[in-house]
Amino acid sequence: MGITQPGHEHDHDHSHAEISQSAPPGYYEIMETAVRELLIERRLIGADEIRRQIEVLDFRTPALGAKVVARAWTDQGFKARLLANGRAACEELGISFYDDTSLIVLENTDKIHNLIVCTLCSCYPRPVLGLPPDWYKAKPYRARAVSEPRAVLAEFGTIIPDDVEVRVSDSTAMVRYLVLPRRPEGTEHYDEEQLAALVTRDTMIGVVPATVLTERSSNDEH
Amino acid sequence: MKTKTTKRKPNFTGIVWALGERPIFRPGDNVRIATRSPIGHYRMPSYLRGKVGRVESVIEPSALDNEAEGFGRNAGSKLHYYRIGIPMTEIWADYQGSPRDGLRIEVFETWLEGI
Repeated sequence: MGITQPGHEHDHDHSHAEISQSAPPGYYEIMETAVRELLIERRLIGADEIRRQIEVLDFRTPALGAKVVARAWTDQGFKARLLANGRAACEELGISFYDDTSLIVLENTDKIHNLIVCTLCSCYPRPVLGLPPDWYKAKPYRARAVSEPRAVLAEFGTIIPDDVEVRVSDSTAMVRYLVLPRRPEGTEHYDEEQLAALVTRDTMIGVVPATVLTERSSNDEH
Repeated sequence: MKTKTTKRKPNFTGIVWALGERPIFRPGDNVRIATRSPIGHYRMPSYLRGKVGRVESVIEPSALDNEAEGFGRNAGSKLHYYRIGIPMTEIWADYQGSPRDGLRIEVFETWLEGI
């Protein structure tokens, strides 16, 4: 049972360690706090603007990207517009690009497998996918995705045949990428919502294909 | 900013363009990425400096040179980004994989020289 403290009603029935930050703040944490406090103090930005932007970022999730992919799988006209201008096509669906980046959508085919990375930092199609996973920001992925992409893909369980070209796109300043995975076979009768459920974050980064068996049980066998 | 991967023909002829307003490279052009090493944060990864690639498309419209902007200089610094294709075997002599495998990256005009 939880610890009862005066003035602290604990009404859930499991015990847990005190939720606290034990490690001292690091160099960059202190720098971020200092810069943030200075900017607020000088009235250059407000505390609420920072909170609001965090809220915006947290609201964007891979579910948005999945809807875009499902629409492209079911609407050839939309797919053509998406491949011609990713940002404009997403804006058609009401997805705003608050960071003013452009978007190139890369179509996976039976001849080309696309993979995205940002070797310099963590550029990512945040307006459509939200925040990137930690491994995407980690140095091993960033370095190896451009030097041994097939080995990296194999570690995700994705074996690319030799006759398929692996095409790695390295994000830099203004352009973000989204992979349009191949529509899995046997999904001809699926509606848009059922299709969107097959499209996970990792399929849109290009580390795995979209499959009908995306449940954890299918991955356990690997 | 919008991305256009196709080249659009102007409707009228005889338009005089300002310096830097039009892209100087076209799809299919072979280019070399400069080997400069300026001090500061530059959005041209060092593993690609000096490498040879081919222009796949021009990113429209032209954009601010955000490297110059980082130093407070931005007047008249709009040029184009280009999507450059580089074979993996050009980047890594010991590349393991298909010789068709390649890298794509957007490079600002100031980093490219025609060859």
